[in-house]
Amino acid sequence: MSHAAHAEAGHQTSMGLDSRKMAFWAFIGSECLLFATLISTYLIYKGKSLEGPFPHEILNIPFTSFSTFDLLMSSLWMVLALAAVQRNDMKWAKVWLMGTAIGGLIFLGGQVWEFSHFVEHGLTLQKNMFGTTFFVLTGTHGAHVAVGVLWLLTLWVRAMQGKLTSKNAMTVEITGLYWHFVDVIWIIIFTVVYLIQ
Amino acid sequence: MHKHRRLIQRLLPGLLLVALAACAGPFPQTTLQPKSDLGFAIDHLFTGIFGWAVGVFVVVEGLLLYALIRFRARPGAPAPKPTHGHTALEITWTLAPVLILVMVAVPTIRTIFQTQAPAPAGALKVQVIGHQWWWEYRYPDLGVVTANELHLPVGKTVGLDLTSNDVIHSFWVPAIAAKRDVVPGHVNHIVFRPDTIGMYLGQCAEFCGDSHANMRLRVFVESDSAFNAWVANQKAGPVEPAPNSLAATGKADFQHGACIACHTIQGVSAGVIGPNLTHLASRTTIAGATFPEDSLDLALWVNHAPQRKPGAVMMDMNLKPVDLQAIVAYLMSLK
Amino acid sequence: MTEPTGLKSWLTTVDHKRIGKLYFWTAFCFFLVGGIEALLIRSQLAQPDGHVVTAQTYNELFTMHGTTMIFLALMPLSVAFFNFIVPLQIGARDVAFPRLNAFSYWVFLLGGIFMNLSWFVGPLFHAGRLSVAPNGGWFGYANLTERQYSIGPNIDFWLLGLQILGVSSLAGGFNFIITILNLRAPGMKMMRLPVFSWMTLVTSFLLITAFPVITVALVFLMFDRNFGTHFYQVSAGGDPVLWQHLFWLFGHPEVYILILPAMGVISEVLPTFSGKPLFGYTVVVYSGILIAFMGWGVWSHHMFSVGLGPIADAVFSSTTMLIAIPTGVKIFNWIATLWGGQIRFDTPLLFAVGFIAMFIIGGLSGVSHASPPADLQQTDTYYVVAHIHYVLFGGTVLGLFAGMYYWWPKMTGRLLNETLGKIHFWLMLIGMNVAFFPMHFIGLLGMPRRVYTYSPDLGVSTMNLVSTVGAFLIAVAMLVFIWNVIRTRTAGKVAGDNPWHGATLEWAMSSPPPVYNFAQIPTVHSRLPLWNEPESVVQKAPTGPIHVPDGSWWPMLAAVGLPLMAGALIAHALWLAFVGAAILIFGIFKWGFEPFEV
Repeated sequence: MSHAAHAEAGHQTSMGLDSRKMAFWAFIGSECLLFATLISTYLIYKGKSLEGPFPHEILNIPFTSFSTFDLLMSSLWMVLALAAVQRNDMKWAKVWLMGTAIGGLIFLGGQVWEFSHFVEHGLTLQKNMFGTTFFVLTGTHGAHVAVGVLWLLTLWVRAMQGKLTSKNAMTVEITGLYWHFVDVIWIIIFTVVYLIQ
Repeated sequence: MHKHRRLIQRLLPGLLLVALAACAGPFPQTTLQPKSDLGFAIDHLFTGIFGWAVGVFVVVEGLLLYALIRFRARPGAPAPKPTHGHTALEITWTLAPVLILVMVAVPTIRTIFQTQAPAPAGALKVQVIGHQWWWEYRYPDLGVVTANELHLPVGKTVGLDLTSNDVIHSFWVPAIAAKRDVVPGHVNHIVFRPDTIGMYLGQCAEFCGDSHANMRLRVFVESDSAFNAWVANQKAGPVEPAPNSLAATGKADFQHGACIACHTIQGVSAGVIGPNLTHLASRTTIAGATFPEDSLDLALWVNHAPQRKPGAVMMDMNLKPVDLQAIVAYLMSLK
Repeated sequence: MTEPTGLKSWLTTVDHKRIGKLYFWTAFCFFLVGGIEALLIRSQLAQPDGHVVTAQTYNELFTMHGTTMIFLALMPLSVAFFNFIVPLQIGARDVAFPRLNAFSYWVFLLGGIFMNLSWFVGPLFHAGRLSVAPNGGWFGYANLTERQYSIGPNIDFWLLGLQILGVSSLAGGFNFIITILNLRAPGMKMMRLPVFSWMTLVTSFLLITAFPVITVALVFLMFDRNFGTHFYQVSAGGDPVLWQHLFWLFGHPEVYILILPAMGVISEVLPTFSGKPLFGYTVVVYSGILIAFMGWGVWSHHMFSVGLGPIADAVFSSTTMLIAIPTGVKIFNWIATLWGGQIRFDTPLLFAVGFIAMFIIGGLSGVSHASPPADLQQTDTYYVVAHIHYVLFGGTVLGLFAGMYYWWPKMTGRLLNETLGKIHFWLMLIGMNVAFFPMHFIGLLGMPRRVYTYSPDLGVSTMNLVSTVGAFLIAVAMLVFIWNVIRTRTAGKVAGDNPWHGATLEWAMSSPPPVYNFAQIPTVHSRLPLWNEPESVVQKAPTGPIHVPDGSWWPMLAAVGLPLMAGALIAHALWLAFVGAAILIFGIFKWGFEPFEV
């Protein structure tokens, strides 16, 4: 990646901020509207299912609380990964990057299990309004986590190749922004879908 | 000031009509000649807004034209003064539109609440059901079901309950009922009191597929006695054709043909996909008020519905001429 | 540093000026396609009970006319100017992300081609006709667009095409926000930014906020049509009105995405040709921002006939009327800019004044359907067709032509012919009024829109014929413009750096600008550098070699993945989706790891 050129260019920008980081904040703003639309739709159709399974019959809060905790912890690993990259401690950077990615993979595994469990119990995309809105909302979030995992693994490979150093801290910082954002969105979804039934 | 406005309000539609009369006419689907309390309320509001719009138009376009002529470049003229702005002016031309918009908003909001009040007790209830591409009308208190042509008594408040059987349509009879969308899963309302006897045209206003253009309708506003006679006729069973007549053959063909799958004729068939035909011949039009109700058009319709009306659910019946003649004779007998 | 030539240099270009030209010509071609669709529509309606095209074809024509004009012509024409002009106006070497910019262009081109392919691929779907073009209206109202009522692939082409184009718009939006905020020349404070760049910024914010909403709405529709969900289906408890809310929540900001750039153009043209600074610069900028904000609170005025109840009607009516205030303020400031000036009636000014004059009419008819009861007679009739064409043709299109005549010399080095330009202007102005003014009456007299035929009994036949004549007048005007463009290539007057005596930075360099834009990035001390401080921004020869980035194949390659993935859904070919995704991911990776400097 062309980090070096950008990082230097960053010092000459009108706002004094790195352009890629600003673009990423704009991207997050845009993503907020995406999830706001999805979550609003979920809320609008809440309780509009004509037949079961209904949320309270099927949602497994303890299980999903574990997934949520796992994702929260992965955000912490992400913070540690960035800190390691910034102090050019590439050994620990590799560890924490991999840790974050594994955290994401565990979350995705949990989602795969949850989805297949729901399908076994008769809740499909097509079944009712709950299935329709639940799978599309949480599935979109899951796709975001998957992109994040792919991104983290790419960074990890780069680190293993020795191509990721503290000069690329901005790249890791942006990855972190994305990861934390996905985490925050999950906390909202967890609250809206699971906790407030 | 007030007198002035009223004058403008009276003059403007007049002027508009004069301009239009120069083109052609009459305009049976016009929004500008209301024939109900609802239509009048809307027209009154629109006339006021139109007056303000004309005033603003004249002033602003006038200023623009004046500036263009007055300040056109002339050779040898001194360089213009580089003015950057003027706070008092900015405030003035912010407040002026505010004032005008208040003059528009106040009657608007009053009219919104006035025209969307629920139907009073004793209003004539009619359920309007949109289908691709025809209208079904049910009078629950009178036990009448008909299609495309709505009959109403003059001077009596009507409450329409609108819903759709398939996609979104919009019920629009400009002279008396304005417009309201017909949405599946929702029941919308139009409340109005037609005040002049006559036949009014309307049509679907929300794009609803291939034959959206052919989803038309008619409203007959009638005297009480005419309306009651119509109701009595609609409530009676279908006309029984004379034995051994062509129509009787047609009835037999109808009963043994594909027709019964979709159409109801009271006591004969009970299909619900197409319009109720019990009193088809009492209507002036067929096929979503698109073609006149006569033997020729009926025959063309029965054998060529998809060509005549793109996307029509009704198939080409492909009847032999003898059978077609008989069926048409039967249908034409259903007064 | 000489400019590379040849096909490869265009396919791999990351130069904002070249991408601007690519945007321009592509969008202009789509503009002509949309125009031909309009002529067919008007031919069908020239007489009652017309038989020029069938009902199915007509429905495809009006759907594609709207979709093409909005997403493939007007928006990208604006983006062409964003690309070519904004970096020059703010004193930048390029946009913030040149390869992302190239990606935006290729995605736009491929999305447009993808959607228009639907005209020719009917036989592949055994449709029984050549065309399976989208036929649900540019607004694609559910539940008509659900599989149950639209079985063929027509709507799939529409919704997937829009998804692809959305990617392009989003990427462009991020790019221009960062470019304008971050790559300004020294001294170019935000309140010294030219108004066109300001409106580009505001539009870009609208793009990145409005497009996610339509994206989700389209995803829902895609799932309903292809995977059996029920977002807009009544039978399972869904509600088709949700589509309308989401669509217009996007759709109204979209209206401002279409008009704000044109407002920006004329805010540049009017000062230049009256020899005066823009009157009330601050007010014009803030009212643009205010319009963008308020544009989010008015969507339900597209839905007054839906039956949302009197309170919603009253609220949305009030917010809609409020938005007329900043709009009116802009118009007064433009007139005040002309006031006291030395107005030169060159073609760009004529188009800019045409914008104001026509936009006033569109604005006023807009106020009449901001009133819900009045709107109950007007919505879905030709009155609204008249309104939107006064706003989008009289407004946006005239504004964009003002921009074309104004910036043509900067983009090509040659001035468009003034005589032909004036003939073009008057033909177009007369043509549009002949075409669209009668539509006010046609609508008020009871003709709904989106009808392929109408009865002679309505009494609107003559007016429809007049309107059709006007449409063909516009077509003649376009031929004059095309002729002007062709002869300008060889016979056009060489422009020089600043043919109009403009005040903003793009006029400080040669026409067309060198590949590196500014030899030395100027330092700006005022809003109108070329008027107030010409000596400080004048361009000298570069002191040494100036590095410009090499081209890249990867943005185009990545873009190819998107229509393949979309095609997979229509063709029900899962393997194709994987191929598309693989190409997209591969392209992004190669692009991400490509050595590249800005």
